[in-house]
Amino acid sequence: MSTTTDRAQTAGPPPAAPSPIARVHVPERSIASELRAIKIVWKRELIRFRSDKLRMVTSLVQPLLFLFILGSGLQRLSSTSTHGVNLKTFIYPGILCVSVMFTAMFSAASIVWDREFGFLREMMVAPIRRSSIVIGKCLGGATVAGIQGAIVICLAGFVKVPYAPVLILEILALQLLLAFSITAFGVMVAARITQMQAFMGVMQMVVMPMFFISGALFPVAGLPAWLAVLNRFDPLTYAVDPMRKLIFDHIHTNPLAQKVLNPGVTWFGWHVPGLLEAGMILLLGIGMLGIAIWEFTTTE
Amino acid sequence: MPAASDHNSSPPAISVKSLAKSYGEVEAVRGVDFDVEPGEVFGFLGPNGAGKTTTINMLCTLAKPTSGSATVAGHDVVRERDDVRRNIGLVFQDPTLDGYLTAEQNLRLHAELYGVQSNLVPARMRQVLDMVGLWERKDSPVATFSGGMRRRLEIARGFLHSPRVLFLDEPTIGLDPQTRRSIWTYIRELKEAEDITIFLTTHYMDEAEWCDRIAIMDHGQIVALDSPEALKARVGADTVRIHTADDEAAIAALAEHFDLEATMSEGAVTFRVPAGEEFVPRLFAELGVPIRAVNVSRPTLDDVFMSYTGTSIRDAEEDSGKARSRAMMQMMSGGRR
Repeated sequence: MSTTTDRAQTAGPPPAAPSPIARVHVPERSIASELRAIKIVWKRELIRFRSDKLRMVTSLVQPLLFLFILGSGLQRLSSTSTHGVNLKTFIYPGILCVSVMFTAMFSAASIVWDREFGFLREMMVAPIRRSSIVIGKCLGGATVAGIQGAIVICLAGFVKVPYAPVLILEILALQLLLAFSITAFGVMVAARITQMQAFMGVMQMVVMPMFFISGALFPVAGLPAWLAVLNRFDPLTYAVDPMRKLIFDHIHTNPLAQKVLNPGVTWFGWHVPGLLEAGMILLLGIGMLGIAIWEFTTTE
Repeated sequence: MPAASDHNSSPPAISVKSLAKSYGEVEAVRGVDFDVEPGEVFGFLGPNGAGKTTTINMLCTLAKPTSGSATVAGHDVVRERDDVRRNIGLVFQDPTLDGYLTAEQNLRLHAELYGVQSNLVPARMRQVLDMVGLWERKDSPVATFSGGMRRRLEIARGFLHSPRVLFLDEPTIGLDPQTRRSIWTYIRELKEAEDITIFLTTHYMDEAEWCDRIAIMDHGQIVALDSPEALKARVGADTVRIHTADDEAAIAALAEHFDLEATMSEGAVTFRVPAGEEFVPRLFAELGVPIRAVNVSRPTLDDVFMSYTGTSIRDAEEDSGKARSRAMMQMMSGGRR
């Protein structure tokens, strides 16, 4: 193709020369063109994340604070009740989940920025389905949050979580799933909210309670009844719990510590299996993706 | 160019029939009719809030008409939305570039969204960037670009997928006069090179001169539609301004000898007369008052606008300000798009 261009360059004064034009045309909509659109929307998120080094660093601050400051500080206070397990190990899955959650929310917030800076319009008028834009956004946000999560996973050794390949892969998969669902949730909210401040406000209102109620920082058994109910309704519970189960399967502890620190989520006394919990996160994610798509297709 | 020969027989590039759009009680566009021929540069002229952007949004499938119909590149804007979108390029009033990405990445993204054949993209990208003189800057983030450069990049992007109709909504708004002129030069050159139809809106009178035909819009309706020359000719009279040795005598003489009503304006005797340039020799021969300087000016589009709407474009803008903010409120409360 470059030869065509070169000819275009040499054939007379460049701008006015009407002759050799690299004519292109826009094909009719097809599955292939939708996939291409999804891919480029996804890729854009990655390009932007890569160029935003500061964001990568700043978003690590929070998990580090929780893990090493809060974790080390409270360790002394709680050493009797953790039965020999390091508190940092115990809260690690919760901190991983919440840092993925924050990054995913920020990724979703980019839709609000895109609207404010007009770029959303460029995507909305393209001859593609709105759903392709939404799916691309969600996958992009999930990937970015997943990368962030992977960095936190790298810290596992510092909190006495072993680098067992199977464990790492399982955690990775689980946090990617969470990243996807949270981004879908964020995009769903962003469809209706047009101002960044409002979006951030809603996020604060949703993320912090979800984080605190989820059991990221405490075992989910033996809670006061009202808190137990709230906890079972908090979606984040079903991301933290299976992750904690995985980690406790790979560390050497006494049975008592297992029983106290890793009781598992129960519904009326029934132990909810980890796979079902992961399935719930996936279903929620898909459901919210569906709502987000519906919202974007129904706006004019 | 092979495409040019099709034009004679081809249907209008844009055809609009009694198109109307209201937001709640505010009628933004009240039934407009017009056709745009292939290869034309067609301008929509009017004050802010006259309904230009609403019309363009309907033609671009971004807003649904309340009533009436329109086809763009032969496709109905409501029923064949995707076909319309494949055949049009858009440059919006507000910027829609991603400042974090480079110029090239912005164009690449556009090509991917529009499904342009991958093997043609590099050549085409080079071409459009060359056309607007930004090839050298292709690797710079758009955030580092000046307003004029961004506009040029947006125009290049609008052309990237070889649309048949390019819509430009206020392409030069907020730019300095020099940049405006260069943008216009680019638009005309691109039009020549690409052989496409251009539909644009502007509220700068001087810019309307770049168009082949102009529709003047006011309060949601088209009040005049013709070539700039024809519109000016319809206003008729030229304005003649003379400096004389004795202005009062000159005014009296003009009334007596030529039956012309003259007034003093900005220190000159001013009057309107058809074919002003041919009138000047007679004036010198018959006025009887020594003339020191003469200035003849053809009617401007501002005069045209004035003669059709009874108000200058600036005043009309202030008038419609209220109606516009009301319409905006309605749009906001109805959920922003």
